[in-house]
Amino acid sequence: MPVTTIDNRPVHVNDEGFLTEPAEWDEALGTALAAEIGIELGDEHWRAIRFLRDDYASHGETPTLRRVTVAGGIPTKDLFRLFPQKPAKKMAYVAGLPKPHGCV
Amino acid sequence: MRRLLVLGAGTAGTMVVNKLRRRLRADEWEITVVDRDDAHPYQPGYLFLPFGATAPEDLVRARHAFIPDGVELVLADVDRIDADENAVLLADGRRLSYDYLVIATGTTPRPDQTPGMLGKEWRRSVFDFYTFDGARALAAALPAFDHGRLVVHITEMPIKCPVAPLEFAFLADAWLRQRGVRDRVEIVYATPLSEAFTQPVAAQHLGAMLEERKILLEPDFMIERVDDERKSIVSWDEREILFDLLVTVPLNMGDDVIARSGLGDELNYVPVDKGTLQSKAHANVFALGDASNIPASKAGSVAHFSVEIFVDNFLDLVAGRPMTRSFDGHANCFVESGDGKGLLIDFNYDTQPLPGRYPLPVVGPLSLLKESRANHLGKLAFRWVYWNVLLPGRPLPLPALMTMAGKVAPPDRSAASAGAGATNPSTSTPQE
Repeated sequence: MPVTTIDNRPVHVNDEGFLTEPAEWDEALGTALAAEIGIELGDEHWRAIRFLRDDYASHGETPTLRRVTVAGGIPTKDLFRLFPQKPAKKMAYVAGLPKPHGCV
Repeated sequence: MRRLLVLGAGTAGTMVVNKLRRRLRADEWEITVVDRDDAHPYQPGYLFLPFGATAPEDLVRARHAFIPDGVELVLADVDRIDADENAVLLADGRRLSYDYLVIATGTTPRPDQTPGMLGKEWRRSVFDFYTFDGARALAAALPAFDHGRLVVHITEMPIKCPVAPLEFAFLADAWLRQRGVRDRVEIVYATPLSEAFTQPVAAQHLGAMLEERKILLEPDFMIERVDDERKSIVSWDEREILFDLLVTVPLNMGDDVIARSGLGDELNYVPVDKGTLQSKAHANVFALGDASNIPASKAGSVAHFSVEIFVDNFLDLVAGRPMTRSFDGHANCFVESGDGKGLLIDFNYDTQPLPGRYPLPVVGPLSLLKESRANHLGKLAFRWVYWNVLLPGRPLPLPALMTMAGKVAPPDRSAASAGAGATNPSTSTPQE
């Protein structure tokens, strides 16, 4: 797996840029990752990102968009506003988690 | 006596009771299977119904005809599963206790989950083809459709048989051409995925096939609602696609009994270990076929291959031995492409569909990821195999686990890995 430098530190990523070691992530890195895709994180963004991190820690899988809405209580409409076009992938990217399943 | 209870006498449930009845002693094990009705549909045939290419009466047989002697078939609705008490409560008040439970209740299209889908245009200009009634209604409506925009649409992944909407688009293209009206019809393929299919090499092949047929791809389309006044579908990011005829794959969900029993995820699928299909919450409960949350295609081939692994493991488990076999997510699917041709894809959790030959290297006779007449004939022949070999649990000479023999890996070996449902990196980076 390639190593790249984000936020002045080395992190392990896959060929699409998703972190492969969720433990390398902290909120400062999340801010830097968001900047990479042109998003400045506000409170609403953080609510979603923290849900992703917590849910991944307890379930071992990146939550799908539907799960963020149903279990995380954030309306789908808002997720598209906060992370335009591809919210599921963008949230996972910012949260330093693998891309969610759902596509097989 | 020990009791094995199976919920659902569909593809997975029927195979399981047939295989296990032969391998569990009749004086030690009672096997019961529950289903709500006695009609077993051949679901792959639904795809052909709208085009008049198959007769409705060929697609349904009695479930009980496939249940072996020594297995009790109970026809009843299930109220709920009480996994803590090892019992299933039926809607008529009966209570079935078990030592082991297999949940094989499948997945169902749920048009009620998308606002407007069941509105006044439902089965007038809005159709699904994943149900017997839906496919027949579409068969009645299609002959009158000779101009305008046909939108083939997927609501959300995962869906049963993820290649079927592509097949529908290919068959519709060929059918309209044969009727001489293809020039007057625009076909749009709207999908929540970023490309035609989920995995890079197959997405490339199948995407090119859409292009060749002048079928327009609308990627990353996550539907919010159907507007039945304007006859359009509207996405969460406010894109609108107008249609004259909408053929949609509604949201797929596991059975409501899973939700009522507190055993499911957001889509009512049972969380299981993806190698053993054992429930993460209850060691004596397994979920097979489409009912589980494994990251594999919801398809009969996955049910078939995983049942073989499950049966071996189950015999170990009930004998007090550790389960040693692990399912790899193996799927293979015929993909109809129109004009009497088809493709075949063969893949698993870690290896995406690749070109090559199947089941034997070089000689095939089937070609992977390539259109051929043999693949189409294979798909047609499969109906016989399904009723006569697969459901009765007779051995099919195909290995349960996927093999790389006969497959051509892409030059970049790392690209062979499908990983977590990877899509083509060039089109799926979140930066876009």
